[in-house]
Amino acid sequence: MVAAVTMIAFFAPEDADQGLSQKIFYFHVPIALTSYACFGWGAWKGLLHLWKRSPGADLESYVAIHQGVIFGALTLVTGSIWAKISWGVWWAWSSNQLVLFLVLFLFYAAYFMLRFSVEPGPRRANLSAVYALFGVALIPVSFMAIRLANDFIHPTVFTSNGPQMSGRMFASFCVSWAAMLLLAGTLYRVELAGKRLDSRLRELRELLA
Amino acid sequence: MTTAEKYVAAAYLVVFAVVLAYVLIISLKLVRLEREVEELTELARQRRARVEAPREATPVG
Repeated sequence: MVAAVTMIAFFAPEDADQGLSQKIFYFHVPIALTSYACFGWGAWKGLLHLWKRSPGADLESYVAIHQGVIFGALTLVTGSIWAKISWGVWWAWSSNQLVLFLVLFLFYAAYFMLRFSVEPGPRRANLSAVYALFGVALIPVSFMAIRLANDFIHPTVFTSNGPQMSGRMFASFCVSWAAMLLLAGTLYRVELAGKRLDSRLRELRELLA
Repeated sequence: MTTAEKYVAAAYLVVFAVVLAYVLIISLKLVRLEREVEELTELARQRRARVEAPREATPVG
């Protein structure tokens, strides 16, 4: 993360069009992509739960979606700040990319309402897994929306011709994305360890009671 | 500080603040779990003492 911030501050050149405000890109896009990765991982774990009945897959799916929602909220906030300085507005309803990401975020935010409205047990795990799998279908839609629709507001950086930026910009972006994935992975493992420990302690308390 | 600098700083600070808050919440949870482990260890010690106590008092032969 320190390497990413250093590269963004000193190595990546300023954008000729947007100037300094373009530096938000190096955090905003990696955070959004990490959020997609977390949702995808959550859906994969949900599928493993339904398919192979892998022990712990339900908890892993829940933690991954929790991470995805946190990174999703950060995507919306950083994107909003960037929109304000670039377009002069905090939000643009006319941009399909923004609206679809908001839909994806709200869909996964509702996952927690579903999960905590059902008693803990196999039924809750199955319902959560199915919901996580449905949500994953929104990821490619959200990602491709900008390419499928004539969206002139939100910029398209990654096209079929490759990344539309200089080599130094792309290197900074890659380091930033790797740092973000590493951060998400670390937080995922820490939260998962905490949840597992919590569950085992509850079991132990019941045994000792 | 220019307007662009303020917005860029705000964006980075938001990310930093959220990660910091998350780490704080996790650390608070770890403190709670540590306390629970201590309570359960104490409970297990008491139970062991209760089980062992009558055995010592029982006369042999």
